[in-house]
Amino acid sequence: MSQLFSKENKEAFFGPLGANNPVAVQVLGICSALAVTAQLGPAVVMGLSVTVIVAMANVIISLLRKTVPNRIRIIVQLVVVAALVTIVSQILKAFAYDVSVQLSVYIGLIITNCILMGRLEAFAMQNGPWESFLDGIGNGLGYAWVLIAVAFFRELFGAGTLFGFPVVPDALYDLGYINCGIMLTPVAALVLVGCIIWVMKIREEKAAKK
Amino acid sequence: MAFIKNILDNMKPTFSEGGKLSAFGSLFDAMETFFYVPNETSKAYGAHIHDAIDSKRGIFFVIIAMIPAILFGMWNIGQLHYAAINEESSLVLNFLYGLGVMLPKIIVSYAVGLGIEIAIAQVKKEEVHEGFFVTGMLIPLIVPVNCPLWIMAIATAFATVFAKEVFGGTGMNIFNPALVTRAFLFFAYPAMMSGDKVWVNQNYMDSIVGPSADAYTMATPLGQLGAGEAVSYDAMDTIIGTIPGSIGETSFVAIMIGAVILIWAGIASWKIIVSTFVGGALLAYVCTPEVAGFEWWEHLTVGGFAFGAVFMATDPVTACRTECGKYIYGFFIGALAIIVRAFNPGYPEGMMMAILMGNLVAPLIDYCFVQSNINKRLNRAK
Repeated sequence: MSQLFSKENKEAFFGPLGANNPVAVQVLGICSALAVTAQLGPAVVMGLSVTVIVAMANVIISLLRKTVPNRIRIIVQLVVVAALVTIVSQILKAFAYDVSVQLSVYIGLIITNCILMGRLEAFAMQNGPWESFLDGIGNGLGYAWVLIAVAFFRELFGAGTLFGFPVVPDALYDLGYINCGIMLTPVAALVLVGCIIWVMKIREEKAAKK
Repeated sequence: MAFIKNILDNMKPTFSEGGKLSAFGSLFDAMETFFYVPNETSKAYGAHIHDAIDSKRGIFFVIIAMIPAILFGMWNIGQLHYAAINEESSLVLNFLYGLGVMLPKIIVSYAVGLGIEIAIAQVKKEEVHEGFFVTGMLIPLIVPVNCPLWIMAIATAFATVFAKEVFGGTGMNIFNPALVTRAFLFFAYPAMMSGDKVWVNQNYMDSIVGPSADAYTMATPLGQLGAGEAVSYDAMDTIIGTIPGSIGETSFVAIMIGAVILIWAGIASWKIIVSTFVGGALLAYVCTPEVAGFEWWEHLTVGGFAFGAVFMATDPVTACRTECGKYIYGFFIGALAIIVRAFNPGYPEGMMMAILMGNLVAPLIDYCFVQSNINKRLNRAK
């Protein structure tokens, strides 16, 4: 057990959630973070899909890493990711059709998500399956929490709802409150991701001083 | 005036490092330099040339130049209000009503913007920059009279943080912060920034919480044009400014008085102002009234064209710095504003977009002129 949760493994899991976050620190996967975060529901589904796909792809590539010839490794990685993305896309279509319509092409575009190729190349090709699994889950969740945080503020201030349920009381609207239309545009997502990066940088600087 | 100096000198130790109120040191410093020129001079390392007029005094001239537009805007608020409720009124009554509506907007804009600037200056241990004195006055002038105060506060805060402080404060911003405020309002709360309900204040509360459902409606000339209706104002109305519109932008005459003051004081570049008008006039002439809706000279008097050309495009921080570049920069803004008005039915007024676009390309224009000058000199040396 102690080996399964060694210091390195903990770092592989917790690093991407904070100091090594794929979106806020490495600035990867920004396109989908702007595209699917207008509402909380699709953002949660997108975050979970990416988490599952990164984790599975990491495990598969890590098992294959010694048998794959170096010159065709990118193609092999792509085939694995494309297969997983297709499976996830079909599952969503079967069991969560509305969300899959809302996400439209962005589920398919997970194939091109930089986080995936980055983790496969940088981690799974050098490490065993268990470490790779932790790393994949960590990076997926690191991506997911940024998406969910952005979507929370966008949906709350842009539409006055959360998961589609109205949360801003009618009394406030009667007083003259109006939803902020710019929150529903990708501009606001970029600004919010910028704010998250800003906060992370401040925390990083403080940690570096200690 | 000596007693102000005495008060300030007595208060200074309390606000300095280690004093009781050192948390408000930036605020005190701002007030002190607002009243008096600092008594510290540059140290004698290398050559310094000091102009007698520092940026605080320069900014004061801009505010003085805005006074005709501010006063006219206040009178116009009252005039349109009493016309909307069908009551007789006088010059003084119009003016006082306008003052009552305008003052909360000015206070909110300054309180939010300066509050953020002072807080950031205190955290970064820097002086408060004076740039916001102009921005804070421009913001109330470029919003419709019925823009609610809380929306203005949000937009001001957004622009101060994301258009100015993240770039490093006054002098470092790429875009004019007052225009970013307006652009934010325009995209975030389109119902409060366009249409025909927001231009006339019928009820005092309209200016605080926004127009009610049964608000008095009156469209601006460009609004009528955008909707494909006949324009119901004649040229004299648009020149004097007795028309609905954003508070400070309606009167061509008042803005031109401001332009004369700015050019006379050497604050704004006449090159930018003139070339903006030339660019606008030329494009409007080429487009012909059939396409553009107005005669070429009428385009220069309606909407925010004149206000933008005089007070916004000339912002020394965001405009071109090279002298030749200023002609191109101004021409580009004027021409683009008319192109948007004539060819884009979605945006009846193009001045805001044109100036923001101008701000964006200003460094590129500067780069081309500086580089061509370097090449010229290198060739001479061969």
